[in-house]
Amino acid sequence: MSDEKDLEKKKAAAAAKARAEALRKKKEKEAEDQTTPENSEASEEQKEVSPEDTSKKDVAEDADLAKKKAAAAAKAKAAALAKQKRKQEEASESEDQPAEDGELAKKKAAAAAKAKAAALARQKRKQAEADSDAEAEDEKAKAAAKAKAAAAAKAKAAAAAKKKREGSVDDEAAADDEKAKAVAAAKAKAAAAKAKKKAGGKKKEESNEEEKPSPNQPVLDKYVKVIKEHLGEDVFEETYINRLSKHVPTLVAKRDTYYIIAQFLKFNDQLGFDYLSELHGTDFETHMEVYVHLFSLRNKQSVALKVKINRNQPEIESLVGLWKGANWPECEAYDLFGIKFLNHPDLKRILLGEDWVGHPMRKDYEPHDVEV
Amino acid sequence: MIRTEEMMLNVGPQHPSTHGVFRLVIKVDGETIKEATPVIGYLHRGTEKLAEDLQYTQIIPYTDRMDYLSAMTNNYVICHAVETMMGLELPDHAEYLRVLAMELGRVASHLVWFGTYLLDIGAVSPFLYAFREREAIINLLNELSGGRLTFNYMRVGGVKWDAPDGWIDKVRDFVPYMREQLEGYHDLVTGNEIFLNRVKGIGRYTKEDALQYSLSGANLRCTGIEWDLRKHEPYSIYDRFDFDVITAEEGDAWSRYQCRMGEIEESLRIIEQAVEQIPNDGQYMAKVPRIIKAPKGEAFVRIESPRGEIGCYIASEGKKEPYRLKFRRPSFYNLQILPKLLEGENMANLITILGGVDIVLGEVDG
Repeated sequence: MSDEKDLEKKKAAAAAKARAEALRKKKEKEAEDQTTPENSEASEEQKEVSPEDTSKKDVAEDADLAKKKAAAAAKAKAAALAKQKRKQEEASESEDQPAEDGELAKKKAAAAAKAKAAALARQKRKQAEADSDAEAEDEKAKAAAKAKAAAAAKAKAAAAAKKKREGSVDDEAAADDEKAKAVAAAKAKAAAAKAKKKAGGKKKEESNEEEKPSPNQPVLDKYVKVIKEHLGEDVFEETYINRLSKHVPTLVAKRDTYYIIAQFLKFNDQLGFDYLSELHGTDFETHMEVYVHLFSLRNKQSVALKVKINRNQPEIESLVGLWKGANWPECEAYDLFGIKFLNHPDLKRILLGEDWVGHPMRKDYEPHDVEV
Repeated sequence: MIRTEEMMLNVGPQHPSTHGVFRLVIKVDGETIKEATPVIGYLHRGTEKLAEDLQYTQIIPYTDRMDYLSAMTNNYVICHAVETMMGLELPDHAEYLRVLAMELGRVASHLVWFGTYLLDIGAVSPFLYAFREREAIINLLNELSGGRLTFNYMRVGGVKWDAPDGWIDKVRDFVPYMREQLEGYHDLVTGNEIFLNRVKGIGRYTKEDALQYSLSGANLRCTGIEWDLRKHEPYSIYDRFDFDVITAEEGDAWSRYQCRMGEIEESLRIIEQAVEQIPNDGQYMAKVPRIIKAPKGEAFVRIESPRGEIGCYIASEGKKEPYRLKFRRPSFYNLQILPKLLEGENMANLITILGGVDIVLGEVDG
């Protein structure tokens, strides 16, 4: 609330200043009278476009609206332009600042809900940037360009309007202006809030949906098809392309089917995963996971095989029978996570030694020291 | 008749030929090794556990200390993992600096292997020559990064700072110098009959064994398998360079020697092309947020280090620190085949075989 009061005061002050300026410059402006109609038309166009665009380009529009408002509230004409420029410079500087992150952004978002539309716009810009730099930059550039044009047009239009009414209804005009600004501000706020939500979560999903299918999608489909044909429909918990990990096809096996899938991956003629590149465990607190990265030299293809196992009784079949290279990595997973690999030829605490108490990489590990 | 009995012999953990702290418990019958059991973990520092409380940039110095003979590739693999997750594009200048640093590191690493391997099997002077050339590389990397072994040079999105003035020219001049020295090595060692007798046919394994035991790097290529991640799964800008993947057919210590020496030459070729191609715009850092956060999800990337395939797995919850960080350490995987290689071998070949694997204990133990 106090923010809004502040804003009102500032607006009033700015309006008074603008009036004074307009009065003072009245005679100077006469020469520009011919150009003003054009400008005011441009300004109207700008306003007309705004609501239509909101659905598509909320982000750009909010920045646009906010900036228009900010510019109008500041000074009437040249001063407004100058300030606008300065703001843009500031904005581009703030963009170099850390785009910060989720937590900070959320906090700021909460504060911004009450704050001025200008602050909202800047905030949203930051957030949008965190999501995707390029996009945000693009939009920002557009918004900045629009805002600049709009600010100039509106300032001129306002000056022209004032000049016409100046003699008698000076105060009234100012009041009208004030109202219009308030309406614009409210609209800007609402739109900015909407855009903020979008920028936060929805945007990423949208961009993912729009993404073209992964180049490895056919590969994954092939694996899944071949495996299901031979081992049955119900062997996977999940299969997907891990886009973060260079689009590696990822198969999540069930606890019971882990070994037969691994066996199939190795011995099937079409798949032929003859090389075990990596094996490790991870404690996800709700469950343990074993991650295996396999590679087929013949097909030059990778696959990630994962299995979720019970955290309280972490047991899973050993892969040493298929790839001897799984020997030490499984020992390591046993040592650090306590995952027992069944049928392992020599499961030992390979790094820490047999007298170590506990499994340090588990998230609930408490260091044990006999001397303490 | 002379009565014989099996004897247990302890090698290490403090033995010069282990190049670190590595223990080998062997059972010998006369001169023949019956069984060998590697004991590792003396250098385990819990990097992965520590990393769970560190921001990504703070983890980079820890990677220097894993494979301390080629810290640049270790720097690279974690940066690459985070960059892959974030979908970052790097400026060309930064990519070239990284490649130059990594390839110089590869040459230095192979030089250490060359020198110490020959020292292990009885030739002292190659060690001195190799370390002289390695010193030149260390000086170059020192000038670039400010460190001699633990460079801490790469950052997510680029490198710490640009190369100093004239550095590229020094690297350019280094290539012909190194080639000349390399010829000297070949004259001194490669055709040496004593050396050939010590390494030919020793520690031999097949393609199938190499794949079974998840070997990588020269240990894999020495069996004739043409597989180099720089070539076949190009990362960074390796697809812009013309270089060959060196393979040999025999799968013995002699083949591994040939592979590594050949790789020095190929690295020099890459360096030569890189110094010509490097753009001179001084852009050594991509635009990144001040606080690096990998998006929620997981990723596993792998690259070619001098010792083989080094990988980095990150499970992230979108925070500043990784939820789980795992390094696929090539020496750890490569060492697994050792008991099989030693079984039935003559004691005198123990060091030849162990040295041929080219392990770095900091990496084995993680």
